[in-house]
Amino acid sequence: MSPDSVAAFSLRGIEQRRGGTHILHGVDLDLPASEVIALVGPSGAGKTSLIRLLNRLDDPTSGTVSYQGNPISSIPVRELRRRVGFVFQAPTMFPGTVADNLDIARALSQVTPRVDGAPNRAITAADALRLAGVDAAQATRDAQSLSGGERQRVSIARALMSNPDVLLLDEPTSALDPDVAEHVMATIRSLADTLHLTVVMVTHRLAEARNASTLTVFMEAGRVIESGPTQTMFASPNEARTREYLLREPRE
Amino acid sequence: MMPAPPAGSGSMLVLSWFDLALASALVLVAMAISAWQRLGLVRGFAIGAVRAVVQLAAVGYVLAFLMTTRQPYLILLTLLVMLVAATVTATERQKRGRAGLFLISGTAMLIGAGLTLAYVDAVVLRLRPWYDPQYLIPLFGMIIGNAMNGAALAAERMNSEMELRRGEVEAYLALGASPARASAEAVRRSLVAAMMPTLNMLMVVGLVSLPGMMTGQVIAGSSPLTAVRYQIVVVFMLAGAVATTSVVVALWYRSTFFTAAEQLTERRTA
Repeated sequence: MSPDSVAAFSLRGIEQRRGGTHILHGVDLDLPASEVIALVGPSGAGKTSLIRLLNRLDDPTSGTVSYQGNPISSIPVRELRRRVGFVFQAPTMFPGTVADNLDIARALSQVTPRVDGAPNRAITAADALRLAGVDAAQATRDAQSLSGGERQRVSIARALMSNPDVLLLDEPTSALDPDVAEHVMATIRSLADTLHLTVVMVTHRLAEARNASTLTVFMEAGRVIESGPTQTMFASPNEARTREYLLREPRE
Repeated sequence: MMPAPPAGSGSMLVLSWFDLALASALVLVAMAISAWQRLGLVRGFAIGAVRAVVQLAAVGYVLAFLMTTRQPYLILLTLLVMLVAATVTATERQKRGRAGLFLISGTAMLIGAGLTLAYVDAVVLRLRPWYDPQYLIPLFGMIIGNAMNGAALAAERMNSEMELRRGEVEAYLALGASPARASAEAVRRSLVAAMMPTLNMLMVVGLVSLPGMMTGQVIAGSSPLTAVRYQIVVVFMLAGAVATTSVVVALWYRSTFFTAAEQLTERRTA
């Protein structure tokens, strides 16, 4: 990928097996810091399984994942998860209001001091909501009553409370209407710019990957087929299979 | 045939085998209804009635033997057999991790029922000798029966809550929460479910139900006021035993849902 960027994550020889299924086959991949990286590919390619490895929601069967040069198994797991936020495809809201949800996240982000000794750069709930594109008036609403798009934004705001370096998003817009999806993507892009976040997102929507990401990784059947700058990948990919998938007629 | 009732229970009728045969007419009523309504339970009632007679007769002989010999190690062995039987019953219908759950439930009941029995024996009743089978075995029977239900309910509810709340638990974990924090609601609900029957029992005892032990004491000729005092000890004892057993089961069983790296363990297909 771009030679001047530092790898946030390096994956080497990743194999993942779950319940008799071989999900990831020998994945070697570098994910540079401060980029917006889109993971694309057909269903069952292993995209979600791959990003779940990055904040250790799962561990690979074999292979090494490194974060900023250190194997992630050497980083205290809660510390890693506070630095590497995860936004689920269908986020679960905690009981209570939107503000309660952010309070829970804030409490969790301050339980242990950072291993590097740096203070927890706590951000306020108001900041997190603003960055995630949630109107301040929503703070008192019951989180269970939110729409899909609002949940997605609150979930992003929740993840921002620990001031993460990386945001992982698992198909953040798949359950949303196209115009809502577009707004959420705009928010994610602006977050990456303002906070210099590294964003790794799984998406089915190729237009989304093309418009929002700086780098694209194409996966198929548990393997990384090709990765590179998004413009190059969509204009002239090297692999025939990538070309076939990325340059076909848009489905949406 | 049946062990003779202890002497001194002056006002109690002694039942003959003929009396029991007359009582069996009541099971025949159940069988007749089953046949009439085609419930398919005739055979079940027949087997059940025979089993009840054989099991109760057997336990009668065992109790009579224990009360005659009064050997502490035989009495402790009996308590252990009761504990193992209760553990088997509490875990046999659980779908997930049954081998581990056997150890968890057995230990939880040993702690919960054992400590409660020890407290009642040494502190409340101050039995002399401490192993007096006349008290120890009936009390432990009641304790272990309730602890068993608490253990089974706690494990079953824990299992369904953890399945239902996978998304919530993972959302907590992803924010850097400890497994304990992430599963706090599942544990809370599992404990409420396990303790609710005992709480309900405390609320209605004497109103809607007359406990078997109290009924037995009254029939055996005790003053109802004496029987009530024993019953108060018993209901308090059950509350303590159920709570202790359930909390050990819920907290220990919870740990089996997480890996050492604080991930949810793979979903097991039942």
